Amino acid sequence: MSQPVLEAEGLVKVFGPVVGLAGVDIQLYPGEVLAVIGDNGAGKSTLIKCLSGAMIPDSGTIKFDGKVVSFRSTQEARETGIETVYQTLAVAPALDIASNLFLARERRRKGLLGSVLRMLDTPGMKRDAKQYIDDLGITTLQNISQSVETLSGGQRQAVAVARAAAFGGKVVILDEPTAALGVRETGQVLRLIRDLRERGLAIILVSHNMPNVFEVADRILIQRLGHLAGVITPQSHTPAEAVAIMTGAVTLEESGDVRAAGS
Amino acid sequence: MTHLAEPETAEEVLGQKSTVGRQVHAVLHRMPALSPLVVLIAAGIAFGLVNSRFFLPGNLSIVLQQASIVGSLAVGQTLIILTAGIDLSIGAVMVLSSLVMAKLVSNDGVPGPIALLIGLVVAVLAGAVNGVLVTRIKLPPFIVTLGTLSIFTAVTLIYAQGQTISLPPNTFLTWTGDTISIGSFHLTVGVIMMLVLYAVFAYALRQTAWGKHLYATGDDPEASNLAGIQTNRVLLSAYIVAGAVIGITAWILVGRINGADPNAGVNANLESITAVVIGGTSLFGGRGAVVGSLIGALIVQVFDNGLALAGVDPNYQVLAVGILVLLAVGADQWIRSVKS
Repeated sequence: MSQPVLEAEGLVKVFGPVVGLAGVDIQLYPGEVLAVIGDNGAGKSTLIKCLSGAMIPDSGTIKFDGKVVSFRSTQEARETGIETVYQTLAVAPALDIASNLFLARERRRKGLLGSVLRMLDTPGMKRDAKQYIDDLGITTLQNISQSVETLSGGQRQAVAVARAAAFGGKVVILDEPTAALGVRETGQVLRLIRDLRERGLAIILVSHNMPNVFEVADRILIQRLGHLAGVITPQSHTPAEAVAIMTGAVTLEESGDVRAAGS
Repeated sequence: MTHLAEPETAEEVLGQKSTVGRQVHAVLHRMPALSPLVVLIAAGIAFGLVNSRFFLPGNLSIVLQQASIVGSLAVGQTLIILTAGIDLSIGAVMVLSSLVMAKLVSNDGVPGPIALLIGLVVAVLAGAVNGVLVTRIKLPPFIVTLGTLSIFTAVTLIYAQGQTISLPPNTFLTWTGDTISIGSFHLTVGVIMMLVLYAVFAYALRQTAWGKHLYATGDDPEASNLAGIQTNRVLLSAYIVAGAVIGITAWILVGRINGADPNAGVNANLESITAVVIGGTSLFGGRGAVVGSLIGALIVQVFDNGLALAGVDPNYQVLAVGILVLLAVGADQWIRSVKS
């Protein structure tokens, strides 16, 4: 594979006596879906918060495109190219789809209308939002002027994911994107994740849902008690083996495949 | 994964069965000021049928003039309510600001424009105090402004020392009370200022990023923050801009009563909220249109005026306004509740 787009080495985060992360390494390559699994308290959330700028690690380095970075806020991570979609749907329900896609990144009109009167380029943003949604193949979103609260949970999640991927981000972190969704809606979101991967984005998927993870992930990073228990692939291990590693029933070595760990 | 591409889902099938209720809901969702507009037109027609004098230009001019104070104040109140806040001190700040303006001119001989400027600064500072308390100390707006209502009222009464200020006509500060006649309509400068305020803020809320962020912040502050909006700055700006609107309203008030009275506008706090709520803006934030507040303020005055012309006990106007407030809040609950 090529150079990792996002790389972290020896990430440590301690909360008083509680060790959130005990020296975790992670490599993420363009055009791959890296799933992060682990039991509650395994450090999944701490890991992605450190990567997305929501938390500052106590030690360890994070590299983006080979350059060492340190984020003091999610805004800084976003400006670098790491977008995060949170479990709590980060969309404003009363605003329409286009407004949500461009929220906090609104575009103004050209000329005096924009510079003096600060007028937004609403038609332009609507057109681009429509184009973008179509490009992503989210066919269930027909009317771009529809308010987000009239959408189903899966469609809302699709809007949130689309926004994360829309603005030149290279890495999209998805925190439990399917936790609140039904079977069919989950399918829509997984298909969207695959679409984004095909566009060359690198995706970190945090999920509890083993079938989803095995369906969509290229590699699976298993966290256990703040440590990295191993990196496997859906081909090298079965979901049952993954759960066994996750819960500590077996180690990666015992599971009989060490090859995948270094990929 | 072909089974994922099928277009027919339960909710899509259900969505196609759009009932009349669903369509009405969708329209109201997009245009929250529509139902108050219907009420205003219906009330106007009804009162016009009862007493044809209602539609005389002179009478309509009076309605507009009477609505100018609460109507202007409601612009500021709309900004606050859109952020899911409320400003109970808005009328008290207006009276304080108007008193500062009038007293500086009358007692201290300060030129009108400078007195106006100082009065505006007082109103903006008062708004900033509310905004800082809400954003920095994280107190609920209701409690903050309940407290500052008492404080600003007390400051006003202490500063006034029981005085009512009267200004001579044709001065700079009373210019807002001057009449401009368009045909048989007699509008005051204050009425026109109110309409300009509505035009400016209808534009700012709909067409600028600041407006979008104000709606988003009131709608879902957490999501807005995650999207990258600095919600505290947006909130603070809403209170400060509302302060400026209150200051302009204070000027309109000085023109209307030719001076300043510490006891003027004691009901303006709640009347401005009434206008905003009747106008279809949600008390839960993020929904509504500023033009609705103008319609709300006009509805209150139309009922006042129309019932008087119809020879009905004026207490029925209070009753009617109360019912309208409850209907408006009920409609808002309905608009917010129905999901796909």
